[in-house]
Amino acid sequence: MTSIWEPVIGLEVHAQLLTASKMFCGCRAQYLGMAPNSNTCPVCLGLPGTLPVINQVAVQLTIRTALALNCEIPEFSKFDRKNYFYPDLPKGYQISQFDLPLSLNGLLEFEVEGRLVRAGITRVHLEEDAGTLHHAGEIQNASFSLVDLNRAGVPLMEIVGEPDLRHPVEAPAYLAALRRTLIYLGVNDGNMEDGSLRCDANVSLRRTGASELGAKVEVKNMNSFRSIQRALDFEVARQTELLDQGQSVAQETRGWSELEQVTVSQRSKEEAQEYRYFPEPDLPPLVISRAYVAELRAALPELPMATRRRLREQYALSEEQARLISETALDAAYFESVVAAGAPPAAAANWQVQNLQALCNAAHISVSGCPVRPELLAELITMVVTDQVSGAVAKEVLAEVFETGARPSAVVLARGLGQVSDTAELERLVAEALAANQKASADYQGGNDRALGSLVGAVMALSRGKANPKAVGQLLRDRLPRK
Amino acid sequence: MTLLDRSIVELGRGLRTGEFSSVELTESALADTRTVDGELGAFLRTTAEAAMAQAAKADRQLAEDTGNRSPLLGIPVAYKDVLCTKGVETTAGSRILTGFIPPYSATAIERMEAAGAVGLGKLNCDEFAMGSSNENSAFQTTRNPWATDRVPGGSSGGSAVAVAARMVSAALGTDTGGSIRLPASFCGVVGVKPSYGRVSRYGLIAFASSLDQVGPLTKTVEDAALVLEVIAGLDARDSTSSSAPLGDLRGALKAGVSGLRVGIPKEYLSMEIEPGVRDVFDISVSRLEAAGARLSEVSLPSTEYALAAYYVIAPAEVSSNLARMDGVRFGPGFGSAPNLMAAYESARHLGFGPEVRRRIALGTYVLSSGYYDAYYLRAQKVRTLVSQDFEQVFKEVDCLISPTAPTTAFRIGERLADPLAMYATDLLTLPANLAGVSGMSVPAGFAGGLPVGLQVLAPYMGEATCFQVAATIEEMAQIWQIRPAGHANLESPV
Repeated sequence: MTSIWEPVIGLEVHAQLLTASKMFCGCRAQYLGMAPNSNTCPVCLGLPGTLPVINQVAVQLTIRTALALNCEIPEFSKFDRKNYFYPDLPKGYQISQFDLPLSLNGLLEFEVEGRLVRAGITRVHLEEDAGTLHHAGEIQNASFSLVDLNRAGVPLMEIVGEPDLRHPVEAPAYLAALRRTLIYLGVNDGNMEDGSLRCDANVSLRRTGASELGAKVEVKNMNSFRSIQRALDFEVARQTELLDQGQSVAQETRGWSELEQVTVSQRSKEEAQEYRYFPEPDLPPLVISRAYVAELRAALPELPMATRRRLREQYALSEEQARLISETALDAAYFESVVAAGAPPAAAANWQVQNLQALCNAAHISVSGCPVRPELLAELITMVVTDQVSGAVAKEVLAEVFETGARPSAVVLARGLGQVSDTAELERLVAEALAANQKASADYQGGNDRALGSLVGAVMALSRGKANPKAVGQLLRDRLPRK
Repeated sequence: MTLLDRSIVELGRGLRTGEFSSVELTESALADTRTVDGELGAFLRTTAEAAMAQAAKADRQLAEDTGNRSPLLGIPVAYKDVLCTKGVETTAGSRILTGFIPPYSATAIERMEAAGAVGLGKLNCDEFAMGSSNENSAFQTTRNPWATDRVPGGSSGGSAVAVAARMVSAALGTDTGGSIRLPASFCGVVGVKPSYGRVSRYGLIAFASSLDQVGPLTKTVEDAALVLEVIAGLDARDSTSSSAPLGDLRGALKAGVSGLRVGIPKEYLSMEIEPGVRDVFDISVSRLEAAGARLSEVSLPSTEYALAAYYVIAPAEVSSNLARMDGVRFGPGFGSAPNLMAAYESARHLGFGPEVRRRIALGTYVLSSGYYDAYYLRAQKVRTLVSQDFEQVFKEVDCLISPTAPTTAFRIGERLADPLAMYATDLLTLPANLAGVSGMSVPAGFAGGLPVGLQVLAPYMGEATCFQVAATIEEMAQIWQIRPAGHANLESPV
């Protein structure tokens, strides 16, 4: 069913940067698991008299991201203060960027259901994260709240997307592509559960074909790809219903309730915060030299879309294989190392995305970090390809290599799993199998081809999987001549 | 006479020749903080124990000649209470910081301590340095030692009084619109407002970050140079601090003014200036001329807008800088409140005095959407014009001279009811803060028994020129040794 209303969606993504220290002080940027308020100092506690000092690496990672997102990097940028009172904000203002961000006018390409979508990036700017609050119960009726400032001052990059998305399904795809890019760049860990990657959405509806935008609703509290999809589906349906009934949509901020699977009004336009932005007087403006930008541009790694395209073309992989292998830069590098170590690309791709990935998923580790080093997987694949082991045995060997990191050839040798191609030994097994399966022999000789398969299976079973199935088939055919 | 009638160089000589020890000097100074200061109220708190320990350490260093050749070794000093002192309560003259004990010291204080100066304690000031009379302190009235019914000037009033009454050799103050120079003028001491960025602001509880500077108040121009040499310089913790070389201040003290081009800003002199102050200014100008300076009238045409711009920009920064005083982590708290906003309101109402609340309200207003362009943005444009005025005029002359303030010290309570009259006290000083140039007030004479200071302004990072002119004015006025003896006696010494 086509609606007369067209959704207009833009995402605002906050990504904590993988720096060693916080945005404006020397405290650690990685705070998870630390005792409350132990990762703090006078600067990030906002004690009177303290001053911020810019983390140069955070600026570098932001520009790196902006370049990967095809943004312009102006020569002149500055920090501003965003003023509001809240207990998780120790200074009473957040140091952010207002009218002169580090970057502008970018572009993100991604695929939705096989279709290439281009979405504009309004800007990528740099700011500091706030602390966290722990309410005694639900926030509405908590008798107290505890403040933890371990997170306060962690470098936070905000990536503001243009309202270029036209269907809720495009939002998770956009975010996935962005997330993949951030991980490729090594600037963010992509963890939405822990909140190191967060996403808000602006949603409005307009008459299909119209150019002016409708009243915008900002949706918050979406903590997974699934909740983004559901929240936007809900919000588009809610706004559609209002408009269909001739009502208007109120400009407001709404929160996604995971529990009730609805968006709930949080703040109306009238209650909107007055942030009183003004230039941060404690920090000099940033002057970004063209040479520095060129240097960072030259150091950009290959990005996910390009990697995917290249894997497909260079190694003749399927679209699906290329997509799975290029999920992270490390996965792609792993694949290329396996190929470089001598494995045929098609086999390498299959073994990586099917067998190895499954083992890694079960163990919650990454392919690149697992004990099966690329050269070990290559060795195993070579043994399969050269008929030294059967596929079934190779899977067993992989499981053991995954546990121990031992060489596949050593595992095969130690466990006596080498494929038997020795004719005398095979002759003995074939004779034994034929004796035990006289009906199948007769069937085959009577013209039933499928009976040969069960005979091969019987020989394989007798050899405990070690017999070379091709050689066994040939021997059986020799021994059972058809009239 | 007390030991502290002597200059820092003279005291250093006494310490190094063994005429007296730093412990003796410090004991005598601490005794004055208990007696003399009972009437004057310069100190908010003394740190006698730490001071005696530091003095004993200085004596050991002097005896062993450990290589610490700092002229401040063993010299009693004190700090304005907007400067954080590690382990010592720091209130900025405000109730809302009662009980705040910083776990760090301001960089300027760290450098004083590293030089071996003996810190006696924390000095009263207007709340968060907002005021021109010291009457906005939440805690006590500080009186002018030359006439105890008069204000010492503000906001570094405690700093000026502690030096003028010979309780310390030097004090650190801060100057946002004249807060060092004005009390220096009213109390008859030297006060330096360094160029913006010359001294680290780390550990200075911010009033207006783009205008604040830390600087010394001393009895003599040379003393001020010795202190500035210690506290100046780049600090990795303050990104607005500068590595520009300070230049040869000691050389400048002896350079004289022969051939120096000294400008008299006509806009400054066309203001309503008290006749006695004008007389001191005129005499000093003719003395400078006699010493070989080439005086000329110059123009700073944007001056008339500077005050208005200042009272937009400074409060805007105040409204943001003071947001962290939310009553949650320090201050008297908010008792019980029905909700978060009420808690903030209650804490801030209890914690801030009326002038601070006024400026927060003003600053919040000028930054609000719909008013930002008309006020804050326009004020920034005026600020640029004021800066350009100075850049232009410093192509014609090497420095500027004017009275520091239009009047001598006024009576306690006299201007409290009229904030605009109070704000006008800073008319001649605040343009230098807007432009970030270097400035200084030096005692040049008396009017009606009250000290009169002259202001010398020099280009950005041009402190040496200020010291050159100030040293000449000091030498020709021959008044620095006159102390406010029996501070009720108002017989004019000149």
